[in-house]
Amino acid sequence: MTYELKYKPFGECSVLIEWPAVIDESILLDILKFKENIVKKNIKGIVELNSSYCSLLVVYDFNHWGFETLLAALKKRYKQHRDNVKISIRQWKIPVCYDNAFAIDLDMISREKSLSKESIIQLHSETIYTVYFIGFLPGFMYLGGLHKDLYVPRKETPRLTVKKGAVAIGGEQTGVYPNESPGGWNIIGNSPIDFFNVESKTPCFARAGDKISFKPISYKEYTNIKALVEAGVYQLESEVIRG
Amino acid sequence: MYTTIQDLGRHGYQEFGVPYSGAMDMYSAKVANALLGNEVHEAVMEITMSGPTLEFHCDTCICISGAQMSPMLNTLDIGMNRPVRVKRGDVLSFGKLSTGFRSYLALLGGFKTDMFMESRSMYQGITAQRVLLKHDELPTESVSKDFIERHATIKVKNTHFTSSYLEVFKGVEFDKLSARQQKVLFTTAFSISKENNRMAYQLAEPLKNSLEPIITSFVLPGTVQLTPSGTLIILMRDCQTTGGYPRVLQLKESSINILSQKFTGHMIRFKLVE
Repeated sequence: MTYELKYKPFGECSVLIEWPAVIDESILLDILKFKENIVKKNIKGIVELNSSYCSLLVVYDFNHWGFETLLAALKKRYKQHRDNVKISIRQWKIPVCYDNAFAIDLDMISREKSLSKESIIQLHSETIYTVYFIGFLPGFMYLGGLHKDLYVPRKETPRLTVKKGAVAIGGEQTGVYPNESPGGWNIIGNSPIDFFNVESKTPCFARAGDKISFKPISYKEYTNIKALVEAGVYQLESEVIRG
Repeated sequence: MYTTIQDLGRHGYQEFGVPYSGAMDMYSAKVANALLGNEVHEAVMEITMSGPTLEFHCDTCICISGAQMSPMLNTLDIGMNRPVRVKRGDVLSFGKLSTGFRSYLALLGGFKTDMFMESRSMYQGITAQRVLLKHDELPTESVSKDFIERHATIKVKNTHFTSSYLEVFKGVEFDKLSARQQKVLFTTAFSISKENNRMAYQLAEPLKNSLEPIITSFVLPGTVQLTPSGTLIILMRDCQTTGGYPRVLQLKESSINILSQKFTGHMIRFKLVE
């Protein structure tokens, strides 16, 4: 299926392409296919291509393209794109320690939701989440799929510092803080792995479209994995689920 | 003191959530580099509001552009927007800020601090350092003996510092504003709140707002966001890559430069260009 897309100028050298304003996996896939189709064609003068929930940002070199001519070229590409484009998808198993040492908001959520801590951990870790895109902070994954029993409003006053690796719930979303930063989400655990590596050619292991699941680990396992990560020898579990 | 190393910024890493960064006032940074015959991408020192005292460990040539902070080499006024020869042991200092907010110090061949993701622009979590600190030593290339001193000068337009008009395009969600809100945007003199930094400038006067947040989408330096409480936020070079507030206006690149030279209490007006 194709969507009715809107093409808008954004700044002096970008086009924002908008899909219907819905968070939906078939829209994500359509965006990623369109993106891949542009990448594959290796169109000169396109500097950057980024996808989010329902939009694709095309940054172009204005020495190479006028807005209108680029628009025509993109529209043509969208008509032609479709089933010949393959998106490969990987599923990543992320270790998370839900121990009290990290899960500073778990008691509060348990009280407010009338759910045992064990049920919260189970609901959070048995879901397979979709990575919609990476944004906000370096390495921050926007994940879709949080169980609706776990929706918890963001804190009215954000904490000044949230630890690196904090696994948290904010409204209808869940995510992991890739680095220490201020934050208003409710913290239910911590992952010992790195979500952003500035020195690497692939700074983030997951890409838009990939799947994520959280695997509960004990505090002892957490310390072990952390040591392996710091030594640079930890291998994150993953499998190709669509090639 | 808030002094950093900046260049043209990090491009091509937005898909990992990495901000563009780069000199807030690209225009002044480019002028400083150009007067030394440097490549446009060489890193410069961005000096905000008040300047550091710097001692040179080698002979080189410098040029200062942007905000006027009365730079002195040892005890001599050296002026702005012209190359100045410096010798090992010379001390550069800055005086009182009189025009603008950010000054740019370029050095022959540029500052050679470590590159991360193809840029030297300092940003927390990307570069080893977020800002420059007392006693830091900064690497540069030594200047060859046969370097020919340039005598280029340039007269920078004063309007770069005095103009209160920011030229803008309609933002992605502009059409969702009511006719009244649109009118208010273009007829109000807004003042810059104390919340102004490399990430964003907030405006003190709210715009009555009833727009719903949007599904998180892209923002750029120069994007003007409208929060549910009616605060207008102008995103700057270190802004995050995505956001959920409606994007009502988009500053022209040249207006981002102009705004970078303003601070708390300064007035601005938006002027729509097509």
